[in-house]
Amino acid sequence: MLIKHGDRFKSSEITPRALYLDRRSFIAGGLITGAAALALMPRDAGAAAPPAKGQPLAAQKNAPMSLTEAQTPFKDATTYNNFYEFGTDKEDPSQNAHTLRTRPWSVKVEGLCAKPRSFDIDELLKLAPLEERVYGLRCVEAWSMVIPWIGYSLSALLKKVEPTSQAKFVEFITLLDPEQMPGQKKGLFGWSGLDWPYVEGLRLDEAMHPLTMLTVGMYGQVLPNQNGAPVRVVIPWKYGFKSGKSIVRIRLASEQPKTTWEKAAPSEYGFYSNVNPAVDHPRWSQATERRIGEFRRRKTLPFNGYGDQVASLYAGMDLKKFY
Amino acid sequence: MTRRGRTALKVFVWAACLAPLAWLGQRAWVGDLGANPISFITNTLGDWTFRILLASLAVTPLRIVSGWSWPITLRRLLGLFAFFYASLHFGVWLVLDHYFDWHEMGADIVKRPFITVGMAALTLLIPLAVTSTSGMIKRMGGVAWRRVHSLVYLVGVLAALHYLWLAKKSVTGPYYYITVLVILLGIRLADWGRRRLAARARVRAASGA
Repeated sequence: MLIKHGDRFKSSEITPRALYLDRRSFIAGGLITGAAALALMPRDAGAAAPPAKGQPLAAQKNAPMSLTEAQTPFKDATTYNNFYEFGTDKEDPSQNAHTLRTRPWSVKVEGLCAKPRSFDIDELLKLAPLEERVYGLRCVEAWSMVIPWIGYSLSALLKKVEPTSQAKFVEFITLLDPEQMPGQKKGLFGWSGLDWPYVEGLRLDEAMHPLTMLTVGMYGQVLPNQNGAPVRVVIPWKYGFKSGKSIVRIRLASEQPKTTWEKAAPSEYGFYSNVNPAVDHPRWSQATERRIGEFRRRKTLPFNGYGDQVASLYAGMDLKKFY
Repeated sequence: MTRRGRTALKVFVWAACLAPLAWLGQRAWVGDLGANPISFITNTLGDWTFRILLASLAVTPLRIVSGWSWPITLRRLLGLFAFFYASLHFGVWLVLDHYFDWHEMGADIVKRPFITVGMAALTLLIPLAVTSTSGMIKRMGGVAWRRVHSLVYLVGVLAALHYLWLAKKSVTGPYYYITVLVILLGIRLADWGRRRLAARARVRAASGA
């Protein structure tokens, strides 16, 4: 067999010496083949790869609200996704989400507010100055990423509609359209997995927290479809599934919304779902996580490292009970 | 089947069983294991463990349904390959995923039902692999050997639970495997019942005569 070696590695793909040496200790002790180890070396240690072609979106960097950790490569953040509307495998959304039509798009904000109305996506893009914020993303499946999102605090939108004093919760509703979202189609024996549309929710004070972000872009460009285009929320101290994607409706409510995953498996996915290494998922530990691109697991931090900013929201609450 | 036919069949099974590993190796070589390589390798090895285990469990039903006897010559090979892939699957969990963190793995085995049943399935495969040689069959005697090796049915059920309990709701994968497992075990059960009835009828006929 002829194996060609010419130009197989770009200089950006060369693993830094420190990482390489660290890996040697593993290989020495390991019994799995060197081929596996080779594959595990981060192809892009350090900064994120330059974004692939996508519509650029200018934003002002918000350094105080950004992590300084190495960003997840754009390719990984856009090909390793949980977005069940487009299939349950991680690579399904990147392969199937081209059917989503992100224009025209509007978001209806309604419920317990003085000025309910619809916002066109173009209006949302200009509602507040766009900021780039680098947040940690911790999936409930115990992996994590670091992503430069573009958007602004959700509070900017909510203030426009003037929530009434009865409003205690905010519900986020994702698009329901099986033609655009094949994962919503009924399969064999009427099986369609989750109860569509996807519904998520926050307490109003969580939704008004400056960290909670209405998001329209990432990596300097508009959101790719598989990442929740054209508009989603990002709540960095909660497990990823709390951050609803492709949102068409935001409802202010007095009652705690019944969320999709809560309905599917109430003992596994609570309403709060704050990142918490001390409270395991019933079927796996949440104590550690694998940062995408890294080899060894790292310890999971309470509130995904945002405890200083958000722990006070839960003062006096038993977080084992309100998981 | 001719001797040459049997050899060709075995070569084919060897190649087919090693192909997934070669495919993984190739993907690793070109650096195409996705964003989460460890998870990808673990899942791929787990999938193939279950597929090959089901193939080994399909041998006897195939003989029952078709009347062919040649599939039996492949049963040991398939069973050992299932054990081989299960061991790799476990090895990846041990080395790549947890990097010999015995404390955490121990806690997982006790606390996580899907890991508990997975470990049980792998453990039960060990005596089957050890006693898979022709010498062992002779030494143990056919009846005892068959009794030990009927543990593979339990392994099949444990493997199904392992997959079912780890998958998130709305993931359909486990149900396909479970359907195949139920069909394969169902054919054996039907055959076992049919033979019992036939045997009883023979006894009755003999005593009536």
